Amino acid sequence: MVESEVRLLPDDDRSWRLEAYLRRNGYQAARRALTTMSPEAVVAEVCKAQLRGRGGAGFPAGTKWSFVPKDAAGPKYLCVNADEGEPGTFKDRLVLLRAPHALLEGMLIAAYGAGLRTAYVYVRAEYAGLAARLDEAIAEARAAGFLGGRVFGTGFGLEVVVHLGAGAYICGEETALLESLEGRRGQPRLKPPFPATVGLFGAPTVINNVETLAAVPQILARGADWFLGRGLPGDGGTRLFGVSGAVRRPGVYELPVGTPLRTLIEVHAGGAPDGRRVKAVIPGGLSAPVLLPDEIDFPLDVASLARAGSMLGSAGVVVIPDGTSMLDVLRLTARFYAHESCGKCTPCRIGTSWILKTVDRLRRDGGGPADLDHILRLADGIRGRTLCPFGEGAALPIRALILKFRGELEQAAAR
Amino acid sequence: MSYAPSPAALARIEKTMALYPEKLAAILPVLRVVQAEAGFISRDAEAWVAARLAVEPVRVREVLSFYTLFRRAPGGRATLQICRNISCALAGAEDILRFISEKLGIEPGETTPDGAITLVTAECLGHCDHAPCLQVDGVDHGPVTRETVAAIIEELKAHG
Ligand SMILES: Cc1cc2nc3c(=O)[nH]c(=O)nc-3n(C[C@H](O)[C@H](O)[C@H](O)COP(=O)(O)O)c2cc1C
Ligand code: SF4
Ligand code: FES
Repeated sequence: MVESEVRLLPDDDRSWRLEAYLRRNGYQAARRALTTMSPEAVVAEVCKAQLRGRGGAGFPAGTKWSFVPKDAAGPKYLCVNADEGEPGTFKDRLVLLRAPHALLEGMLIAAYGAGLRTAYVYVRAEYAGLAARLDEAIAEARAAGFLGGRVFGTGFGLEVVVHLGAGAYICGEETALLESLEGRRGQPRLKPPFPATVGLFGAPTVINNVETLAAVPQILARGADWFLGRGLPGDGGTRLFGVSGAVRRPGVYELPVGTPLRTLIEVHAGGAPDGRRVKAVIPGGLSAPVLLPDEIDFPLDVASLARAGSMLGSAGVVVIPDGTSMLDVLRLTARFYAHESCGKCTPCRIGTSWILKTVDRLRRDGGGPADLDHILRLADGIRGRTLCPFGEGAALPIRALILKFRGELEQAAAR
Repeated sequence: MSYAPSPAALARIEKTMALYPEKLAAILPVLRVVQAEAGFISRDAEAWVAARLAVEPVRVREVLSFYTLFRRAPGGRATLQICRNISCALAGAEDILRFISEKLGIEPGETTPDGAITLVTAECLGHCDHAPCLQVDGVDHGPVTRETVAAIIEELKAHG
């Protein structure tokens, strides 16, 4: 099958070493880019491929790289976001586990295109074992002359440093990541200025997700048209879709952008286990508003999920089975955001903690429909009034749970 | 008692500091080395780190209090982190948590009286296809059941 010919992820955990990656034609795309193309041509190719960011916001990667000022003096940085913390997301784990060299090759190409000489990979604390594997892969690549100074005999070089986080969901937000990397509390910065002009240590910086960068070698190896042709116009390539919750075969599925959500769940992941039915689906990590079972006939791409009133986010699909108390889901969601708010801006800090308190009141005697309305007002009070997208990411899923499961929540509260 | 890292830890600290253009940027890796050796970050260790990074002590304190990885008091010899987020909750994480809690006789955030195990809850560990899951000192386990969890605990108690 043509679709499965080129894959980012090998099928097993043992093929991650350089030797195996070279057998899959590894580092040839980077060699071609660095030795035969100008940086501008590399960026243009990635722009044309319509590679959308895989970290959550879906911003086109090539466009982001083109924002880095070319004539700026001094260092410029690449930051790789390996903080993977969006609940229900576990795809970057697999890239680090099975294809660390695809990530490194993608970083090399991105750095060459945008003119960056130092890269920091920010890995969440809980992935320390994977960070150690990445360190090994870096050592292999350095020894082979693919990293360090004068790569492929050109004047271009890239140093890569692996940096471990210390446990904080918000550090996945790109400016919080920069603050954390500089040695402070992970609290987001006001934008603008955007990191492309003022980023790490005040220098121009590109921040990309692990999977975004790992997809880049495919584009340079086979061309933008090929990559675009695998996905949809405006949203190219394949993506790593994670499926967890009530399905027969939870896991990561590498499929074309635009694969229907229903196909992912029912065909690839095997559908709900015997005797269970799907009650709700979270399509893109916990921050993505919940969908009902009759709302999953959408192609999985950034624009379609937005039209469906949700978001593709990190493409972590969570299937919620019948019998699940949506009040429990609401409580868990409220707890997570109240706990993880960094506290820098008031609507988010106070709003998320009041929402949690109100959900708890709902669960005690005397809770009722008025509490649900109160939560909706609190969620609306957060939206559009915060420093970073965390606020929106907390408000929207909570709002959707109440709007779509109001009857059940009212009944549960009355009991 | 004043704090000083061992020569091996100090060498690791110097090596990590060389990777950043600004000293403060090394704070997370430096604190990690200190905690790996001492088990927690004492007030004296805080002061030492501040001096080494040439920042006011409050800079160290504000970082310590922000990130969940760091401890300011001794913990157990092993740390058991159990995920309670969405995919794990759907797979019965609360039941597993109650079971562990009863078996160890402690609540999340506490350490067993023999100093063997600290139990903490975690948000998504990025292992949702193996729900319910937990991590013991960086090693992933999942999907776990009451039986497999009981075995993990026995193992920790025996070797702790
Ligand atoms: C609260 C919050 C958490 C985020 N967590 C992550 C994360 O864990 N990993 C990630 O790659 N992006 C995360 N993002 C998105 C980043 O801010 C950023 O958009 C992304 O890393 C850019 O890379 P991309 O364009 O390649 O997707 C998060 C955003 C927010 C608001
Ligand atoms: S929206 Fe929340 S997480 Fe983002 S800066 Fe404000 S308080 Fe922090
Ligand atoms: S929800 Fe438990 S590992 Fe993701």
